Amino acid sequence: MDLNYSLEHESFRNEVRAFLAANGDKAPTGTIFRKQTKEDLGWQKLLIEHGYAARTIPKEYGGYGAETDILKSYIIADEFARQGVRPGHSGDFRLVPTLLELGTEEQKQQYIAPTVSGEMTWCQGYSEPGAGSDLASLSTKAVVDGDDFVINGQKIWTSGAHYADMIFCLVRTEPDAPKHQGISYLLFPMSTPGIEIRPLVNMTGDATFSEVFFTDVRVPTSQIVGARGEGWFVANATLKHERGGLGDPNQAEERFHSILEMMKQEKIDGVRLIDQPVYRDRLLKLQARILSMKFNGMRILSSSIKGDDPGLAAWIVKLQGCELNHQMAAMAIDILGEIGILYDDSPHLRDAGFWQYSYMLDLGLIIGGGTAQIQKNMIGERALGLPKEPKPQEVE
Amino acid sequence: MDFSLSEEQHMLQESISRLLTTECPLNDIRELVDSGGDCLTEVQQKIAESGVAGILIPENLGGVGLTLLDAALIAESLGGAVAPVPFIASSVMAPVALLEAGSDEQKEKWLPQIASGAAIFGTGVTEQIGNREDRGITASADGLNGTAMFVLDGMSADMLIIADDSGCMHLVDSQASGLSRQKLKTIDRTRTVAEVILDGVTSEPLPGSHSNREPLLKTIDAGRLMLAADTLGAAQYMLEKSIAYAKERKQFNRVIGSFQAVKHMCSEMVAELEPCRSLIWYAAYAGTSIPAEARMMACHAKAHLSEVGQFVARTATEIHGGMGVTDLLGLHYWFKRIGFNRQLLGAPELVREEAARAQGWV
Repeated sequence: MDLNYSLEHESFRNEVRAFLAANGDKAPTGTIFRKQTKEDLGWQKLLIEHGYAARTIPKEYGGYGAETDILKSYIIADEFARQGVRPGHSGDFRLVPTLLELGTEEQKQQYIAPTVSGEMTWCQGYSEPGAGSDLASLSTKAVVDGDDFVINGQKIWTSGAHYADMIFCLVRTEPDAPKHQGISYLLFPMSTPGIEIRPLVNMTGDATFSEVFFTDVRVPTSQIVGARGEGWFVANATLKHERGGLGDPNQAEERFHSILEMMKQEKIDGVRLIDQPVYRDRLLKLQARILSMKFNGMRILSSSIKGDDPGLAAWIVKLQGCELNHQMAAMAIDILGEIGILYDDSPHLRDAGFWQYSYMLDLGLIIGGGTAQIQKNMIGERALGLPKEPKPQEVE
Repeated sequence: MDFSLSEEQHMLQESISRLLTTECPLNDIRELVDSGGDCLTEVQQKIAESGVAGILIPENLGGVGLTLLDAALIAESLGGAVAPVPFIASSVMAPVALLEAGSDEQKEKWLPQIASGAAIFGTGVTEQIGNREDRGITASADGLNGTAMFVLDGMSADMLIIADDSGCMHLVDSQASGLSRQKLKTIDRTRTVAEVILDGVTSEPLPGSHSNREPLLKTIDAGRLMLAADTLGAAQYMLEKSIAYAKERKQFNRVIGSFQAVKHMCSEMVAELEPCRSLIWYAAYAGTSIPAEARMMACHAKAHLSEVGQFVARTATEIHGGMGVTDLLGLHYWFKRIGFNRQLLGAPELVREEAARAQGWV
């Protein structure tokens, strides 16, 4: 245990701080998950030039081309979060690593650079109405006709489908193969004829994901990543990246500080909430959980730097991180009492309605990317070695 | 930046755990407590020989001069083995008190004896955390008077460190005239706590703690950290036993670990307990290297491990079904150790409130 940074990393942190002091005001606000605006693209370009976005992606594919230094990447993320400046991205965090690992040279040349710059945005076509937790049972089919696949079927929970230029999509190409071996991974434009997008309004009132319908959608067979029938294994490379991306301890700490500040401001009958022991105790219970997950994250970081397996520390991050965010939103609502039910653009609203929005959205995140129950199965089976549930026909 | 244990720390913990596995099996613990004993003396001697008794004591005073993190790793191993040997009071709290507030003479006299295992220390500080039963100690011209409750390792101790109502700590010989002690029976028979009654007992104050509560508070922080680490070890043991049992016990022609109900209980225990390990490491590191955060982290570690420990203790017991609650299986030794750790030196609500104070919220 030595939580001091080396001179090299200290000075790198100072460089990042100096950059943010000089340029932080140029950062766009609002979500990064949208059709990229001129400001979005300009900010991303500036960040790549300085090595603060797409840092380890090779220069020939539009990245900065630095050697991997996990601690430097962490320092960048940490400083941007501390200053409240919107960070850049490395293109689509699921697709780009997959293409770098498994794409053909032509695919890399064609897609990585515009994705990294933000000009080309992607959505992920995985889940289907009949294939959620059991994703490998997906049934959207693609049949070869001449030089094309012809795709028919439906996807659901497709985040960003309404603005994405492209989709990376799992389809069943080998209907007679066992379910994990009959899937292929295809890339195609969302403007391809035969694609219909129906936004799904979620309980927050927003539509961040959609249903996507395919009717005789023709995609050249060259648009496959990996071989026919290997799509499940190609996709697992990206699922790994998605699971790593949800449940961020830095974000949890920021939320915690917002709640603490709110408890120092908000009063009931003239008494600040932080001065009321019952509320304070609940806040302290949350704080211990948040700190534990923060230090758990530091432990994983150190393991990654050394190339060690972080083991159980990593298996639990999605489950605990998403749950913790949800619990924080729940607490923020409770400390606000009746004010806590205000929503939308109501008078007296606090934090622009963030807490109710987050309480509802975070429940979606507990479910999305592998439900809490699936996470518990994975921890039990893959990390602890408990046996799988027998298949129905094996049960007496 | 390195958030991990060193090679030496892994080796230290493994060697102590190995020693405890062979020298401190549950059967020996049962025999000891059934005969009313307080301490497996042979195990305590062997541990002292390995340097553990003087873990925090500087090398020039006969110890090995390691950090609170190293001590926490030992506490974790002792908790995992429910070892009935004094450690938290004698090898952590008393040395911290002496190092923080003792005179050179006191340090030179007592620290080498603690390190060699020649002297066992108990600590009585409970009334300075939260006074119950209107007890407490006052210091006056005729010596110390009053009652100190829950004196940790108090029955086997040769020497005691007792805090008076001003927060000043005193060295007291457990054989001193005017001192009487009685064992308080607790749920956890692997630990001893004593009620110590003082009637005009001669004592030697630790001068650095005179009109200065900080040494006492640091002593309590260190004790809380060790209790938390002990719970981590005990809870980890219960979790591992549960996983092993879930893989072996069959019902409805299946091992019970294949039922999601049972599997999810195991996963939930892991999900709660694994981040606690990082909390303990950080809190212990802060205790040595980040003074500004030390108290708050020690309090959080104590309170959070109490909560998670309680959850693991009951869940692990449930996974074992009816056997879980039997004396035959013996899992209750760990259940009770966790329950003991939760209450001593402040139950969770009280300790959390101190974490609030340490952050200036109160």
